[in-house]
Amino acid sequence: MKRIKSPQELEKLRKEIQAERDPNKSCIAICAGTGCLALGSDKIIAAFKKEIKKQGVDTAVTTIRETGCPGFCEQGPIVVIYPEEICYLRVTVKDVPEILSKTVVNKEVIERLVYKDPASGERIVKDSEIPFYRKQKRYVIGNNINIDPKSLEDYIATGGYAALAKVLNGMSPESVIEEIIKANLRGRGGGGFPAGWKWEATRKAKGEPKYLICNADEGDPGAFMDRALLEGSPHSVLEGMIIGAYAIGCGQGYIYVRNEYPLAVENATLALEKARSLGLLGDDILGSGFNFDIKINRGGGAFVCGESSALFASIEGRTGEPRAKYVHATDRGLYDKPTDLNNVETWANVPLIINKGADWYRTIGTENSKGTKIFALVGKINNTGLVEVPMGITLREIIYDIGGGIPHGRKFKAVQTGGPSGGCIPEQFLDMTVDFDELAKIGSMMGSGGMIVMDDHNCMVDVARYFLKFLEEESCGKCTPCREGVYQMRMILDKITEGKGTMEDLDTIEWMGQAIIDGSLCALGGTAPNPVLSTLKYFRHEYEAHIKDKKCPAGVCKALITYTIDPEKCTGCDVCARVCPTDAATGKKKEVYTIDQEKCIKCGACIEGCNFDAVIVS
Amino acid sequence: MEAKIQTIIDKYGADKGFLVPILQDVQKEFKYLPREALTHVSVYLGVPISRLFEVATFYKAFSLTPRGKHELSLCLGTACHVRGAPLIGDNIERTLGIKAGETSSDLEFTFETVNCLGACALGPILVVDGEYHGNISITKSNKILKKLGKKVQIDEEN
Ligand SMILES: Cc1cc2nc3c(=O)[nH]c(=O)nc-3n(C[C@H](O)[C@H](O)[C@H](O)COP(=O)(O)O)c2cc1C
Ligand code: FES
Repeated sequence: MKRIKSPQELEKLRKEIQAERDPNKSCIAICAGTGCLALGSDKIIAAFKKEIKKQGVDTAVTTIRETGCPGFCEQGPIVVIYPEEICYLRVTVKDVPEILSKTVVNKEVIERLVYKDPASGERIVKDSEIPFYRKQKRYVIGNNINIDPKSLEDYIATGGYAALAKVLNGMSPESVIEEIIKANLRGRGGGGFPAGWKWEATRKAKGEPKYLICNADEGDPGAFMDRALLEGSPHSVLEGMIIGAYAIGCGQGYIYVRNEYPLAVENATLALEKARSLGLLGDDILGSGFNFDIKINRGGGAFVCGESSALFASIEGRTGEPRAKYVHATDRGLYDKPTDLNNVETWANVPLIINKGADWYRTIGTENSKGTKIFALVGKINNTGLVEVPMGITLREIIYDIGGGIPHGRKFKAVQTGGPSGGCIPEQFLDMTVDFDELAKIGSMMGSGGMIVMDDHNCMVDVARYFLKFLEEESCGKCTPCREGVYQMRMILDKITEGKGTMEDLDTIEWMGQAIIDGSLCALGGTAPNPVLSTLKYFRHEYEAHIKDKKCPAGVCKALITYTIDPEKCTGCDVCARVCPTDAATGKKKEVYTIDQEKCIKCGACIEGCNFDAVIVS
Repeated sequence: MEAKIQTIIDKYGADKGFLVPILQDVQKEFKYLPREALTHVSVYLGVPISRLFEVATFYKAFSLTPRGKHELSLCLGTACHVRGAPLIGDNIERTLGIKAGETSSDLEFTFETVNCLGACALGPILVVDGEYHGNISITKSNKILKKLGKKVQIDEEN
């Protein structure tokens, strides 16, 4: 495509692209995001290409679109046939010829591949009508299914870069900032700090050059919305950044992305090249005289590098050690220059606000938290995936109406939000509304949007220990409260999970946790005790069971459990003996088997193998 | 080796600010960071070798020891943890006879654990030589190990 030199030319190009596209033409959209690729969607794409040739389908009327993640990962690989919007779930290579001949060519729906409501058994054909999607408001991530992330034309055809054109076509930098402040866009990376204020502070700060950074480190284990956005709709992130750069008055931006996200790096790199060649990035953007470019920096696999000052150090080629925060990054950040750092999702909200206006944006959400938030709904939940919901929705709606509840009819125990800095929320708070302030009130936080659901087979002491172990490994080691404190707390939790804890240990954890919060240099240490303190607050009885009764009620902590076989349920099928790696499970076929406690290493193989739920963990 | 390293460094305009990406490329080339390579980087880039070791030991992505022919990474992120990843890790450690983070002495296997690969909905996740495997169970992990030539306890009749 030719370089475009004005906002008007962009609109012209958009009309041309749209005119070339026949809305009645069929399009097979297949998710090619990391999740569905892991489920084999690459093979499905290849199969479609092969079948199209084989069946002699006219490629002028049928195209394949390899999209980013549409969110319903549980039911992947996902294939949607347009214009009818027929949504097929859990598609396999074997289904491909049939989909092509029946649905694409003859517009017939294949019953077995469409969504089946688990309760009513009703079949639902359109994706927008599936309960998982119905309660969502997919303003930010919803475009993923409509575009091929590798295609700039797709993004432009769906209205892309219109917000940038609007900004460059007469909005002053100040009025852009005003709009973002008015929309009350709060940072989606964890803290919820108003983005507009940060932009303004960076704009007003003395010192040149100014920098702007997109934080795509997404270190919170269990969250993957930033990956899905950067991988599935990279241009929306770029567009947000370019608008931000114009408002702040900055010429160089960075995307700091995790090394673990190769596809996001690939798609973002390609997006930069394409945007540059079209004149949307680089010198004289859209002929406005405004210059701005972006570089990509890959992280090195260190959680702390998501923290602002550690992130700057990492971009500068040093080890990612945070510094004390008496100077703001907006004054002295990267290379000691004024720097604005925002999260991927924050940036992706910017074009939406500019296009639709702050007044519209303010109609979504609660008093102090506007807009939507994308959550990664994972763990023990039926419909795992990415959900974008308006702020102010209740946890119950997310977990039951959208998430479809807990699998295998088990009991909900807790939902963990806010990642390693957050807390575990018990059942009594399920009707609480979700926004930045409400979650903080009960000792958790919004964080980046991981929502890990746990059932009665998850041990809360084990979960708390897990987070401490994670943070102990990820602590950069610079300050003592975090480096030594988290380690000592983890040792105490080890003791408790081994049945060697005392009641005094619980007091020690509490005061020690407070000391770590008070004394740490950065928010990694400053929030590290949260998972422990929140589980201690809401699940104290589980800690006490480990200490007083030497029991793990959830059946997780190996030192406190035994495996036995239920003679009522055992059919003597021999599976446990065949899978047992230590020959602990023995018996005669068709008779009740037993487990030799001396040999049993509680590896879980027999539980997984047994088809009759006969292995009892107690 | 020297020439290869020079090419990598030149790609980044011999800019010290790009130390992390330079080391990432070096690691990609040799599958780990050989000592000799670090010496070359130090000379060409004009960065003290101590700084290189500081960076190389800080970031998880770097390895100072050779890697195995097959690389297995198991996700122990929160979502994978609550779905039983630790038991699978135990199983892999037991079968390979090495601990997470180690390489077998015959240089056949490297086993690592990572914190979230961004495919949490399909947890537990095991990445084998770059290929993602979702919803891993003990049985599935055994099948993968068997394919890679390991003797495992598999229920052959099922
Ligand atoms: C230990 C630690 C890790 C963090 N990791 C991330 C991260 O992975 N992604 C992110 O956007 N913010 C992360 N943050 C928050 C950032 O420091 C920063 O607040 C955020 O990127 C600002 O963007 P926002 O205002 O748009 O949310 C982390 C903070 C801490 C203390
Ligand atoms: S927690 Fe394992 S992939 Fe995210």
